[in-house]
Amino acid sequence: MNWFSLITATSFMPVPATKESGDVDNLYIFLLVSGLISFIILIGGMVIFIFKYRRKTEDQKSAYITHNTLAEFLWSFIPFVIMMIIFAWGWSVFHDLRRVGEKGDVEVHVTARQWAWTFKYANDIEINSPSDKKLLDDPDSTLLKPEIVVVPVGKTIRFILTSDDVLHSFYVPAFRNKMDAVPGRRTTFTFTPIEKGDFTVFCTEYCGTKHSNMMATIRVVDGEQFAAWQAEKIAANAGANNKGPAERGEALFKGSLGCSGCHSIDGSRIVGPSFKGLYGNKRDFADGSSVTADDAYIKQSILVPTAKIVAGFPPAMSSFQGRIKEDEIKDIIEFIKTLK
Amino acid sequence: MAHEQHNYLNHQKGIWSWLTTLDHKRIGIMYFVAIMSFFFLGGVFALLVRAELFTPGKTLFSADVYNRMMTYHGAIMVFMVIVPGIPAIFGNFVLPIMIGAKDVAFPRLNLMSWYMLMIGAAITGSTLFLENVDTGWTFYTPYSSIKTGLGVIPMVLGVFIIGFSSILTGLNFIVTTHKLRAPGMTMNRIPLMVWALYSTAILQVLATPVLAITLLLLIAEKTLGVGIFDPQLGGDPVLFQHFFWFYSHPAVYIMILPAMGVISELVATYSRKVIFGYTAIAYSSLAIAGVSFLVWGHHMFVSGQSEFAGVLFSFITMLVGVPTAIKLFNWIATMYKGSIRLDAPMLFAIGFMFLFTIGGLTGVYLASTGMDVHFHDTYFVVAHFHYVMVGGTLMALMGALIYWFPKVTGKIYSDLAGRISWVFIFTGFNVTFFPQFILGNMGMPRRYYDYLPTFTELNQMSTFGSWLIGTGFLVGLYGVFYALLKGKEAGNNPFGGKTLEWTTTSPPPHENFEKTPVLTGGPYEYR
Repeated sequence: MNWFSLITATSFMPVPATKESGDVDNLYIFLLVSGLISFIILIGGMVIFIFKYRRKTEDQKSAYITHNTLAEFLWSFIPFVIMMIIFAWGWSVFHDLRRVGEKGDVEVHVTARQWAWTFKYANDIEINSPSDKKLLDDPDSTLLKPEIVVVPVGKTIRFILTSDDVLHSFYVPAFRNKMDAVPGRRTTFTFTPIEKGDFTVFCTEYCGTKHSNMMATIRVVDGEQFAAWQAEKIAANAGANNKGPAERGEALFKGSLGCSGCHSIDGSRIVGPSFKGLYGNKRDFADGSSVTADDAYIKQSILVPTAKIVAGFPPAMSSFQGRIKEDEIKDIIEFIKTLK
Repeated sequence: MAHEQHNYLNHQKGIWSWLTTLDHKRIGIMYFVAIMSFFFLGGVFALLVRAELFTPGKTLFSADVYNRMMTYHGAIMVFMVIVPGIPAIFGNFVLPIMIGAKDVAFPRLNLMSWYMLMIGAAITGSTLFLENVDTGWTFYTPYSSIKTGLGVIPMVLGVFIIGFSSILTGLNFIVTTHKLRAPGMTMNRIPLMVWALYSTAILQVLATPVLAITLLLLIAEKTLGVGIFDPQLGGDPVLFQHFFWFYSHPAVYIMILPAMGVISELVATYSRKVIFGYTAIAYSSLAIAGVSFLVWGHHMFVSGQSEFAGVLFSFITMLVGVPTAIKLFNWIATMYKGSIRLDAPMLFAIGFMFLFTIGGLTGVYLASTGMDVHFHDTYFVVAHFHYVMVGGTLMALMGALIYWFPKVTGKIYSDLAGRISWVFIFTGFNVTFFPQFILGNMGMPRRYYDYLPTFTELNQMSTFGSWLIGTGFLVGLYGVFYALLKGKEAGNNPFGGKTLEWTTTSPPPHENFEKTPVLTGGPYEYR
């Protein structure tokens, strides 16, 4: 680490990757320098007094100074002025970060849920992040590989955020921007990337067990690469539609519905029960009852998850009512049937 | 034992006489024992949380266990240690003596406050054994209301009851300060510690009921399914944040104002100098208390509230900086041309000013909307509020402990033990929390169980620092036992203090003074 570049604030912050982030960094440098000067005046003064006025003899007297109106006025007024500058500067930067009403050149609907982000482009391209693969080789790591969301450089991008369950917050350090995803509300995250590269998205609002795992990657590329990526995705989607129901179900399970975040297919326990060997077998519930898992049971569990709680698991799942189509439920059931 | 003086400690005997005592001094000691036990528990959780973060991935516990420990660390430290800490322990002990009163205005209410804290703590603590809570100490909806277990109900019920303890203590202090001052003690002659406690009490009485109502609404939502915060029932999850921070932002000042009172006393006594700008320090406490009610929205700059609301809250938040700066400047001006002794309490006062200055200045970053968006809910915030609340309040708590120890027990606290403790705590704080500012710059969010490998070194430094802090507090605790068993006799005024508590015996008699004192001048008249 280069300690000298602390002064210029460039060594610890990620590369400023959007038009707005450079302005944030300028404000940061002002805050850092003015804060450092204030710190030196206050603490430096204190340290000098400690040594200069150290009690040397037990009967040493002190000066009798009760107040000094001019000094007191100055050390109230000067901090006030500096803080008003920081306030106004912060406001102007904030205004550029928010841009609530502005329409983007590219608009993406982002839905947060425990513990994944779904990005949906206007042309139905859908990215669900993170993937179900581990990010690191480390067996103890709980981080999953973030899926890549592609946007073009130099354009205004607007993400329209909402959440299906609890509060989440969409944060890209390199963009110096962050916005909560609130259930029942739409918020926007607008940015204009100026640097190409991969930038990590974190969730910064605590949302439960896998909060630290809710990552995605935003890849900023030039316009042609963006168009090529979109064409490739659209072709892949068309291909998927020609597949059989079980394959479509698998894509939904791992992809946009994000079932794989909580349910394994190999018998291991994640958050909810595994789907291995589910279909046609007996399910025991927390209230002591049990049922054989059939189409009706699975459909009910997707639409009204709290109706029957599997013994030993928390009632953590939220309803997919309104988020899933009738055919998609059928595809999921076909997929579950294959998990012997 | 033959020539032992008559004092509040030997006024009555037996454990029952303690549990039913109406003496504010004994209640202060009971608070000390209780709150220090909670502090120990919260500290163990802190060390475990930091230990888990020593390496990325799983180090010791699963994610769920980590989230629970993080929740209990926060809830215990905030609701059971730092909020009641200085007012309940030292406020109870010294406030009546400092204004020349025989006791607080409502001694029975005072005892009841202690029992409410104990009952609340027991109910909250019971969730550790029944059903652990993993919401974080802020209990944000809808996670707390629909996505996690029923343990949240007893947890917040306990906090609700603890809140009443806080309200009753505040009420008691306000009435005591207004009604029981000794003859000649005008409001402009009361010690600054009393001013700080008085301002805190106003906050406790006015802000805490909002928390109580909020927690009741949360319980109602969780048990009866009324749709206040749950969007699926037509509620608004952000409304909870408004309610919660309407209490919890003033609560930050409930935590720090009493600490500021302690620092005023320490700086005056150990500089042997009249306090600089008494009026400014006294009224800046009231100003901080007043403004603190209007700044809660700065916790919500990225919550989806309107841009205008964000800007307005940013403006008002900046205003809090001014009275805070006034206090710091006044303390340092008090040291100018003083006669300074660096005894352990003064070291803690200096440590307070050092850490609080860093905490305060980084608070300006977070008050500025454009900057806060980057730092919000990252480790920068964790570092900031630990510098303010922990560095500030716990430094003052340790200073107060060593400073008033002779008055409370009649024994001198070993200055050497105090200094060793200070070195560990002060160094440890900086090693623990300074790297967290850098982690925040790099973009590491808070409340993370697992993190990217790039964050590893700084997290390890931070964990190492937490062991130093732990060692420092253990040394401090050792000092308490050592002083109780082997401490030297203190005498009435070992440090040359000028406030009223130093004019009575150590320990004081049952009703504080043999003869009611009469005041002819202000406090801190070192001439």
